[in-house]
Amino acid sequence: MQPIAMNGDQAIAYAWKQVNPDVVAAYPITPQTIIVEAFSEYVADGLVDTEFVCAESEHSAMSLCIGAAAGGARTCTATASAGLAFMWEMLYIAASMRLPIIMAVANRALSGPINIHCDHSDTMGARDSGWIQIYGENAQEAYDNSIMAFKIGEHLDLRLPVMTNFDGFITSHSLENLSLLQDDDVKKFVGEFKAIRPLLDYRNPVTYGPFDPPDFYFEHKYQQVEAMSRAMPIIKKVADEYAKLSGRFYDIVEPYRTEDADFVAIAVGSTAGTLRSVVDELRAEGKKVGSLKLRVFRPFPDKEIIEALEGKKAVAVLDRAISFGATGPIFPEVRSALFDASERPKVVNYIYGLGGRDVSIEELKSVYNGLMTGRCDRVNYLGVRI
Amino acid sequence: MSDPEKKYKDYPEGGVIDEAGSARKYKTGDWRSQKPEVDKEKCINCLWCWVYCPDNSILVEEGKMVGFRYSHCKGCGICAAECPKKAITMKKEGN
Repeated sequence: MQPIAMNGDQAIAYAWKQVNPDVVAAYPITPQTIIVEAFSEYVADGLVDTEFVCAESEHSAMSLCIGAAAGGARTCTATASAGLAFMWEMLYIAASMRLPIIMAVANRALSGPINIHCDHSDTMGARDSGWIQIYGENAQEAYDNSIMAFKIGEHLDLRLPVMTNFDGFITSHSLENLSLLQDDDVKKFVGEFKAIRPLLDYRNPVTYGPFDPPDFYFEHKYQQVEAMSRAMPIIKKVADEYAKLSGRFYDIVEPYRTEDADFVAIAVGSTAGTLRSVVDELRAEGKKVGSLKLRVFRPFPDKEIIEALEGKKAVAVLDRAISFGATGPIFPEVRSALFDASERPKVVNYIYGLGGRDVSIEELKSVYNGLMTGRCDRVNYLGVRI
Repeated sequence: MSDPEKKYKDYPEGGVIDEAGSARKYKTGDWRSQKPEVDKEKCINCLWCWVYCPDNSILVEEGKMVGFRYSHCKGCGICAAECPKKAITMKKEGN
């Protein structure tokens, strides 16, 4: 197919159109709204036969997805920020019921004060809900992740909900030239949805969401632990298959010029792309720097991070979210992973870009300068007026 | 109740209950702190207790009230409160 200009939201709606899910729950919230708007047009035009249900809140939208998925339907929805927070309770329920719901999240800051722009405080806050979390760097990746997510979450060894995250406005609203797959290829790739114990199978009645007292609850949580532990190879396998189809391969973590680097910065989302161009500029000056894109955050890729960063001199973890009273949320996990490395690098944290604050090339260069000169704190705040 | 021999893999994923009517197997009587007792000398078998019991825990045989299903009775005391002959009294569980 010819490349076509789309923004990230439209790209996701287009991916869903090609998948043609059974049920889409819709509740609009900036900067995700375009997804459900664009998808509603596909429904109205008869291009999909999806049951498109407008919910009265995000809590209801996720409840609806849970009901539909338990019923046996391939289901997806989209949200952002306060909408994701409003789904909180249901996120845990979707995951614990092992329903492979797919949800696109246009990352956006959480209140207050009210802010509609990009940071990762929404999905980082939802990290313990039992969903797989994949972060896309740009609209192309948002599209590709949206297709792969179905195959990952619905894998019979996994059956977990998947969040495909991408940066609000930066990715959701910027036009990009996209390379799209053919409808038939997407349908063949994701395959038919196999419902497990669907509620609509009246010959085999089941109960979903029972009361789970102390004598069973822990075992069900351990089932989730085990499922998550199986996720990484499945994500890799799906990425391999997708690469064969599309020519685009996405790894769990994507190191860039790290092999001989001494200083590495890590980021998720769109900043990972900016970091690569900063690395190129600094490399041109002879600096031994590299970057690492963390694409999959749940499950957390400890092993891959150790492989990529063992023996480096210093590592900066860029967090576009903050855990008050602690640090950014990715920093302690990276540092914890590297504690098991035989040669541990120094690891520092940079909090940046909260509430949509732009991050510039110069600022990212200052991160590497901090690493190279050692003139940085354990936790640093990039671009805030102190 | 859970079987100590059963491990996490032995249970259906997602806490799905895949058999109908399984609530019968779950004994809820052990929540009880008070238990009803009936004085059959006073009882006139009006079955008012059977009508009011919210948990189907009044045992009836051939139209007569014969006792309680203690495996499910939660000791709410409604039967004792509704008995027109004060034939049912609530006693502290374990005594």
